[in-house]
Amino acid sequence: MYTDKVMEHFLNPKNVGEIENPDGVGQVGNPRCGDIMKITIKVDDNRITDIKFKTFGCAAAIATSSMITEMAIGKTIEEALQLTNKAVAEALDGLPPVKMHCSNLAADALHAAIKDYQERVGASQ
Amino acid sequence: MKTIYLDHAATTPVHPRVLEKMLPYLKGQYGNPSSVYRLGREAKKAIEDARERVAQLLGAEPREIVFTSGGTESDNIALQGVARANRGRGKHIITSSIEHHAILHTAAALEKEGFSVTYLPVDKYGQVRIADLEAAIREDTILISIMYANNEVGTIQPIQEIGRVAREHGIIFHTDAVQAAGYVPIDVNRDNIDLLSLSGHKLYGPKGIGALYIRKGTRMAPLMGGGAQERNWRPGTENVPGIIGLGEAVALARENMEERAEGIRRLRDKLINGVLERIDHVRVNGHLEQRLPGNAHFAFEFIEGESLLLNLDLEGIAASSGSACTSGSLEPSHVLLAMGIPHEIAHGSLRLTLGEDNTEEDVERVLAVLPPIVKKLRDMSPLCRESV
Ligand SMILES: Cc1ncc(COP(=O)(O)O)c(C=O)c1O
Ligand code: FES
Repeated sequence: MYTDKVMEHFLNPKNVGEIENPDGVGQVGNPRCGDIMKITIKVDDNRITDIKFKTFGCAAAIATSSMITEMAIGKTIEEALQLTNKAVAEALDGLPPVKMHCSNLAADALHAAIKDYQERVGASQ
Repeated sequence: MKTIYLDHAATTPVHPRVLEKMLPYLKGQYGNPSSVYRLGREAKKAIEDARERVAQLLGAEPREIVFTSGGTESDNIALQGVARANRGRGKHIITSSIEHHAILHTAAALEKEGFSVTYLPVDKYGQVRIADLEAAIREDTILISIMYANNEVGTIQPIQEIGRVAREHGIIFHTDAVQAAGYVPIDVNRDNIDLLSLSGHKLYGPKGIGALYIRKGTRMAPLMGGGAQERNWRPGTENVPGIIGLGEAVALARENMEERAEGIRRLRDKLINGVLERIDHVRVNGHLEQRLPGNAHFAFEFIEGESLLLNLDLEGIAASSGSACTSGSLEPSHVLLAMGIPHEIAHGSLRLTLGEDNTEEDVERVLAVLPPIVKKLRDMSPLCRESV
């Protein structure tokens, strides 16, 4: 049911873990099936220089987490905010329809981490 | 890679002896059992022999056995058949909250037709309480349907007591014994069972064949119109090879049932104890004693079942989970929720169901590969503090 790309990222996920003293943290829960994803980012000069994830969820959730971290790293905050769940699903050569919601989790967690970063920056200015 | 099949509650392989018995009926013995000539008469004789064997498994009479297409159809004929024929007497049905969907969805459809259904809760081990059953009985209760043993957690219900209560109140008692038949000794008279469903593919028989025991004199109506096969309960030309296969499968099941169950139970206990020794934050679900011999059911905290299943699959191990993520509907197993297991724990559930074809080596292999898989997934989990 999963593409080779999904299985590859599921079995050997990239950027697993949590950054110590991150610049932004995003944790979201999936209202559909109850899964949880946490993304931590490091930002330098408006660019995401490091990103890590932790996911409690199915293979699609783990693979989309891994994929979105790969896609976000090196991007500016503005570019990263343009990353959609659709783009992540496409980069994985598609997801089964019942698993599309898992990719929302990844995009939402990234956006939440960026928002947290922006709030922290805003607060310190 | 060798497949280690640990999903016998989903289906079992066809036993070689069963296949051998069936083959002639897929070849030269193609007669229609309703035909008068020799080919037909021989087919008829063969299905009557199979009926006798199924009756013996249950302590029933052959004429009380109806062949169906499987557990789902047997459950449907039982529930709908009793409801239709007794609606003049009452419209109340009692079942449990942990039944198979073949019962739950049929009961829900009957509710739409104006029947009222009580879904009994279960305790944390998955057992119905007799006091709850007694309290639920009304003047207009026409049917009690409680499964013999649960397909997910393997818990066996207090069937004898349920049967006694049903009989005392003169209420028809159906039990879905799809998981239990062939694994635990069943006696429809001892247990006061009026209707019982079983299925071929759970006891080393073929798929698409099952049986319904209907105690003689039970007031019910057939669902389908057609020929006079199966005494009108199940019209249509009989699935002769399937019936022959089911007959052989139940005969096999009756041979040293207790000894074979003991062998499977011993392997199962080795598996459960091994997992508990090697992995932390894991619980065993279901009843520890009143349990099907082959069932091991775990919940691993902090991880999700589908991820677990796919990793096991890569090691050649076939298993199942009650996680929301594996369910298509994205709802966790209704059985685990009814047992009071929280959603996030149900998420990490793993069902391993052993059968006769499993060996010590199979169990050892699972015990070798499972701990690193659980660790890997926990290292990825935001819920797991210890492995940050
Ligand atoms: C308890 C129970 N009832 C009914 C069924 C349905 O049986 P069948 O697949 O033969 O329709 C199953 C099988 O999944 C079962 O486990
Ligand atoms: S995370 Fe639950 S279905 Fe994907």
